[in-house]
Amino acid sequence: MNITTILVIIGLLGVSAYYTGIKKSLVLREEKLLHSTPIYHGAILAVNSSLASILFIIIWLFFEKNIFLELSSSRYILFTISILIFILTAVVTFKKIKHEFKARDKLEKIIELFLLACSTLAILVTIGIVLSVIFESNRFFSAIPISDFLFGTHWSPQMPIREDQAGSAGAFGAVPLFTGTFLIAFIAMCIAGPIGLMSAIYLSEYASKKVRDIVKPLTEILAGIPTVVYGFFAVVVVAPFIRDTGNYFGLEIASESALAAGLVMGVMIIPFVSSISDDVINAVPQNLKNGSLGLGATKSETIKRVIIPAALPGIIGGLLLAVSRAIGETMIVVMAAGMSANLTANPFEAVTTVTVQIVVLLVGDQEFDSPKTLAAFALGLVLFIMTLILNYIALHIVRKYREQYD
Amino acid sequence: MTNLKSRLAKEKRFKFYGIASITLALSLLSLLFVSIFSQGYTAFQETKVQLYINFDQEILDPNKTRDWEIIKRSNFNLLIKNSVSELFPDVKGRSKKRKLKKLISNSAEYQLRDYVKKNISVIGTKKKIWVLADDDLDMLIKGYINRILPEDERRIDNEELKWIEILEEKKLIKKFFNKTFFTSGDSSESEQSGILGAFVGSLFALSITLVLSFPIGIATAIYLEEFAPKNNRLIDFVEVNINNLAAVPSIIFGLLGLAIFLNFFELPRSAPLVGGMVLSLMTLPTIIISSRVSLKSVPPSIKEGALGVGASKIQAVFHHVVPVAMPGILTGTIIGMARALGESAPLLVIGMVAFIVDIPQSVTDPATALPIQIYLWADTPERGFVERTSAAIMVLLVFLIFMNSLAVYLRKKFEKDIS
Repeated sequence: MNITTILVIIGLLGVSAYYTGIKKSLVLREEKLLHSTPIYHGAILAVNSSLASILFIIIWLFFEKNIFLELSSSRYILFTISILIFILTAVVTFKKIKHEFKARDKLEKIIELFLLACSTLAILVTIGIVLSVIFESNRFFSAIPISDFLFGTHWSPQMPIREDQAGSAGAFGAVPLFTGTFLIAFIAMCIAGPIGLMSAIYLSEYASKKVRDIVKPLTEILAGIPTVVYGFFAVVVVAPFIRDTGNYFGLEIASESALAAGLVMGVMIIPFVSSISDDVINAVPQNLKNGSLGLGATKSETIKRVIIPAALPGIIGGLLLAVSRAIGETMIVVMAAGMSANLTANPFEAVTTVTVQIVVLLVGDQEFDSPKTLAAFALGLVLFIMTLILNYIALHIVRKYREQYD
Repeated sequence: MTNLKSRLAKEKRFKFYGIASITLALSLLSLLFVSIFSQGYTAFQETKVQLYINFDQEILDPNKTRDWEIIKRSNFNLLIKNSVSELFPDVKGRSKKRKLKKLISNSAEYQLRDYVKKNISVIGTKKKIWVLADDDLDMLIKGYINRILPEDERRIDNEELKWIEILEEKKLIKKFFNKTFFTSGDSSESEQSGILGAFVGSLFALSITLVLSFPIGIATAIYLEEFAPKNNRLIDFVEVNINNLAAVPSIIFGLLGLAIFLNFFELPRSAPLVGGMVLSLMTLPTIIISSRVSLKSVPPSIKEGALGVGASKIQAVFHHVVPVAMPGILTGTIIGMARALGESAPLLVIGMVAFIVDIPQSVTDPATALPIQIYLWADTPERGFVERTSAAIMVLLVFLIFMNSLAVYLRKKFEKDIS
């Protein structure tokens, strides 16, 4: 007997409880008007009893593994008890149905509690992320010292296959991953920053409404393209192009160069930068612009000396959010960047990133007691903290700036 | 004081930078589309070879039983071999003959078997049948293998090329609409691989995502917008968490799924069930944030009117505010679902990346998803898979464009309704 069958039976019982409740209250209504309409009496009867038994099932399932492991018939016991609970609650609630019974108030209270429970899920998810990442990283750091991880410059997470294999304990110095991540993010921002900002300025200050109505949705298409598509684009079009151009000028460029991955990632972030900049530029009060234009400044002078300084905190906040995006981006780098760690600042060489290594470490067989798998969680922890700090600063700047003008 | 001329020149230059950056962004967009389309449109056709098959009584059903259980086990490969040798009677020797037969996809024998199963009366007769060609032949016909190149630089040698040219002369090679691509799962042979398996996997995962994130997302938005006490610590903390989750890298959600759903709750690996759960955690913030915006933009008079004639708060919200906000909420949900459809990083981490031939039958079967299939094919160097990668991307983009235009349509409708 599986859980689905039990739930279906409870659902059917709930429906019949609903109609029983309505039936009783309809009879009562013949004598005198009720506090709540019959529908609410039926609903409270159904909701109360199914909630009680579902709650019991959840609690049971949580402890089942520890206590009832040897009982093969445990599901039948569960079924019997949950149905008993259902009937018991239904009988108690059924007796309560009277003229003055406040069925609607009760039901609304339950609905409100349900809404509250749903909204606390966001907290649970965050706690889940933090706990799972920290718990597994902790196990990793008990095997590899945290200082070796954060400051070591050698990364080769291949663990020895046999215990007695000499000399290869695996090295977990993550510095090359951090530099690789920042190198690619830097290249991406060099593309996305100027292009995104300039197109936002043009669209909000120069372009006619007609142009804006056409161009804006088009740039939004760029934002909606899945990153795996960008990755494929990087591998098939951009990387060969860069390699061939380099060869033409006599440069040695790896086919998995940081430049290719960074360029394509930059293209991906352009719409992100431009839509945030657009919002902050539009939030600059018209009075400031009019004042500058009235004093005889040209449009570009107004933009450079009045609008951008006024919007600067917001723009910087937006750029920081874009950096956090670039750091956390996975598919483009998994497909277009290298796999082996390489401590370099040369954009023509192949580098690897934190996200690439998380994927490399976790795809394939996973053993939760080997440092190789646990290292992915340590990298995840670093990534989470980095993006958290960036997002916090960015949101803080943006919010503080908004307060000035609203 | 700078003179006017140079100031105006600066103005012009600045404006030019703006136009240039927009043009650059848009031309990169079109380059992306053009390169994917030009690489992928040929995958919607497949090359077939016409064979004159002799459904030999001796091979298929020597005892004339007409029993499918017996016929099923006979050597359909031999039918193809015989037919090919008949076409080229001057090809002698085992290895030559094997090479000749290799021009035909090895799925052809299953095709014949299915054909015989459907028309059992065909046994003992001869019939012309179009069978799938091997991927090398397919690539040659589609023009991806250059016939002029020296022999050792192409995948098809001179002898094979000669045979193919004879077939072409006899008009026995033709391109058809590629049904295989839409009706089969992954395969190690590019001509037999299709996106159906990945598509079904995506469909399962997205259904789970929708079922979980839509009600929870709306409930959260309604609570925060309509019921939550103002200036409450807990509520502030919830809001901070939602905003933060919206910016957490998607791969982190994959780690959460791996540690909690797979490792702690021991749910099946590679299953769309877990994929859908992870994706729903990822899309929840999107749905919550956009639902709140649309709830906020419902004019307060609607709610006040309902409260004024005696509705309770819940009735006012659920009967009057939410229906007006619904198009806006749906817009946010569709955009969230579109993001989930294109997402692949968390699915990689929870193991939805494997070579899976079978079409998944339920949410707990191992499966891939469309973007993962693209990733897997993009990793394969064979030209036939490059073509299919681009075609799969096109299919994915068609779905995304459809979903996004639906969202735009709903948003327009919503804006009209509340104004």
